Amino acid sequence: MTGAEILIDALKKEGVDIMFGYPGGVVIPIFDVLYRDKEINLILTRHEQGAAHAADGYARASGKVGVCLVTSGPGATNTITGIATAKLDSIPIVVISGQVRTNIIGTDAFQETDMAGLTRSICKHNYLVQKTQELPQIIKEAFYIARSGRPGPVSLDLPLDVVTAKLKNYSYPKKVNLPGYNPTIKGNPRQIKKLAQAIKDAKKPLIMSGGGIISSGTSDELLKLLEMTNIPIVITLMGLGSIPTDHRLFLGMPGMHGRVAANYALTECDLLIAIGTRFDDRVTGDLKTFGKNAKIAHIDIDPAEIGKNVETDIPVVGDIQNVLNDLLGMIKPRIPNEWNRTTAGWKEKYKLGYKQQKTGEILPQYVVDRISHLAEQNAIIVTDVGQHQMWAALYCNHKKPRSFLSSGGLGTMGFGLPAAMGASMAYPDRMIINISGDGSIQMNIQELATCAINEIPVKIAVLNNTYLGMVRQWQELFWDRNYSKTCLKQTLHCPHDCKGPGKDCSQVYRPDFVKVAEANGIIGLRAAKPSEVDSVIKEGFRTKGPVLMEFMVRRVESVYPMVPGGKPINEMIIG
Amino acid sequence: MEKHTIIITVANRIGVLARIAGLLSSRGFNIDSIIGAPTENPDIYKIHLVVGGTEQRIEQVTKQLNKLIDTVKIVDISHKKNYIVREFILIKVKAQKNRSEILELINVFKAKVVDMTRTHITIDISGPTLKIERFIDLLRPYGIKEFVRSGKIAVSED
Ligand SMILES: Cc1cc2nc3c(=O)[nH]c(=O)nc-3n(C[C@H](O)[C@H](O)[C@H](O)COP(=O)(O)OP(=O)(O)OC[C@H]3O[C@@H](n4cnc5c(N)ncnc54)[C@H](O)[C@@H]3O)c2cc1C
Ligand SMILES: Cc1ncc(C[n+]2csc(CCOP(=O)(O)OP(=O)(O)O)c2C)c(N)n1
Repeated sequence: MTGAEILIDALKKEGVDIMFGYPGGVVIPIFDVLYRDKEINLILTRHEQGAAHAADGYARASGKVGVCLVTSGPGATNTITGIATAKLDSIPIVVISGQVRTNIIGTDAFQETDMAGLTRSICKHNYLVQKTQELPQIIKEAFYIARSGRPGPVSLDLPLDVVTAKLKNYSYPKKVNLPGYNPTIKGNPRQIKKLAQAIKDAKKPLIMSGGGIISSGTSDELLKLLEMTNIPIVITLMGLGSIPTDHRLFLGMPGMHGRVAANYALTECDLLIAIGTRFDDRVTGDLKTFGKNAKIAHIDIDPAEIGKNVETDIPVVGDIQNVLNDLLGMIKPRIPNEWNRTTAGWKEKYKLGYKQQKTGEILPQYVVDRISHLAEQNAIIVTDVGQHQMWAALYCNHKKPRSFLSSGGLGTMGFGLPAAMGASMAYPDRMIINISGDGSIQMNIQELATCAINEIPVKIAVLNNTYLGMVRQWQELFWDRNYSKTCLKQTLHCPHDCKGPGKDCSQVYRPDFVKVAEANGIIGLRAAKPSEVDSVIKEGFRTKGPVLMEFMVRRVESVYPMVPGGKPINEMIIG
Repeated sequence: MEKHTIIITVANRIGVLARIAGLLSSRGFNIDSIIGAPTENPDIYKIHLVVGGTEQRIEQVTKQLNKLIDTVKIVDISHKKNYIVREFILIKVKAQKNRSEILELINVFKAKVVDMTRTHITIDISGPTLKIERFIDLLRPYGIKEFVRSGKIAVSED
């Protein structure tokens, strides 16, 4: 068998039936095997960044490893943003890139880039395969590393001669040989006992959970813990959907754009139990005041996360599944107390809200709210990055894990559409909705054609505020409304120092998204008045296949609550 | 900012030294010295590293280094007593007038002369860092033309 044939066979043995990719010179031998193959479906995206994000979206939705295949040089470098996005959110993908022949590596050969060097700091692990004999073992390891422990992206660089050379006795290995890699799975019983005791002693306990609950598939265990202990909970952006939004103990998302109740609870609690969350600065705000009254327990599979940003009193390294099961066996039911009433009171007092008038401007929160209401029960929401992302996080009714996909750590604009395609390939029968902004959608808009041609039924909702809204919001609040290069309507004829849209702004928005959709063979719909919002959403959802819905929303709406960067998280601008 | 000596045992795989060095620089560390060499086991490679940093930062980067798939074991030996630490150094010192004094120093420190010209002596010395530093210090007045240090290496006592 050739290296290329081995690769495809090995992918099947790893359970791959869908991948995303883009061909080029050095990977023709691999594409040639796919040409004859009937089991693996490779979706040709229109850009390698799209392929990487699609693999990522597939992985986020399904929990399986997402795979993409690209050529060397520019094909490989185009995946870099996708790899970094997956790294920061701990998403298991394997990115296979072609490479020039081994004997010319290092000579600046045509379309040669040092992929191993480029990806070193943005992937969990990478390989430059030297010989065809090594290929089976390396593929085995790549998938194992991507999905085990704390998941993450693995890059696999395959020189041309490695994929064309033949190997006589190929068999796919059953085991990996990685003496340095043994993720800690069991939690230390002493620490878990300490945690159980701390729960018993605490007057104001709080749980903060995050992306780890999603990746370990432990929503049920978490719910059990909540039922048993009645401890209020806050959930980070990456953990949304771990439990339903309307759960009685759920106080909301914490952090920079978190809910007041969540941030107050974090500031006031006397025991903080962090489960599968890495204390990102968007969540903690000023570290000096974060959790200042609390004993902090931290459950995480990655020892390097413990104590990285906040000092931990009870470190528990291990897989959440095991740790929660052990913990559940050690604790007794806790009765709701004064603290439960206080936190519930905050939740009641500081409700999220917006006031949509019947006429005039459409509010973006209203659009998100309506989308969430009208969507199918098991819909998956995929966002881009910006204000719309925060509104989607705050206003959608999250019901299930793996149903809210968002680039949290890297905050990659352009993630949404291709990731939604990936989710749709994982679940062809579920409704997949991409909530995007007019800036973000343009970053991978070429994938509209991919959706049309492959009949990938993504429902795209573009909240068009004509601004790079999130940056504009910062300029409004902290930079004296100097809207430098954040207005997407700004033309050569606009005043250089525009302080925001006046009534007389007559510039035309480009592009016309409805026409762009239509040019790609996708139905385009537009709502310009509040009364049109529901009908556009309903029609979009009713229509078979991909649809782009554009909502002309209020141009200068801001996301609140907001904690200014670096401030204590209980010092919020409520709006 | 204290210096830490860290021994990293890694799988002998292509690019492993670059991974270690790359991780340190991406986390904002300046490497004082780094030596990588194969060991008695052909699958295992050993890296001796000296970096400066606060206790907390060193602990964090040690954890990150440990996370690398190729890392088998990592020990920060800075506060460990049961390690024999050695450094190796080559020194070229001016020696026209004070030759005998210098030779005497070499004798006392159990160093070795590896080359001698009309104007210079080249000396080879190995030992614990403190001894080496003292030796260099004593040679300074004579005029050191050049020296190269290997960086630290260590083995544990049994
Ligand atoms: C514009 C913008 C604004 C944002 N604002 C906010 C905000 O206001 N609030 C907010 O919450 N986020 C916000 N974010 C997202 C933020 O940047 C982080 O991505 C997010 O907070 C990280 O969540 P996390 O630490 O829970 O999850 P992750 O980053 O997914 O980390 C998961 C953790 O779980 C661990 N883990 C994984 N699997 C297991 C397992 N099996 N067992 C044990 N542990 C495991 C991992 O080691 C890791 O430490 C914002 C992002 C953007 C782009
Ligand atoms: C690739 C990339 N470039 C730049 C940024 C910085 N950035 C963060 S949010 C944002 C604006 C996003 O605008 P839009 O997609 O229109 O969404 P809105 O905030 O208006 O809802 C920008 C430019 C980013 N996150 N990603």
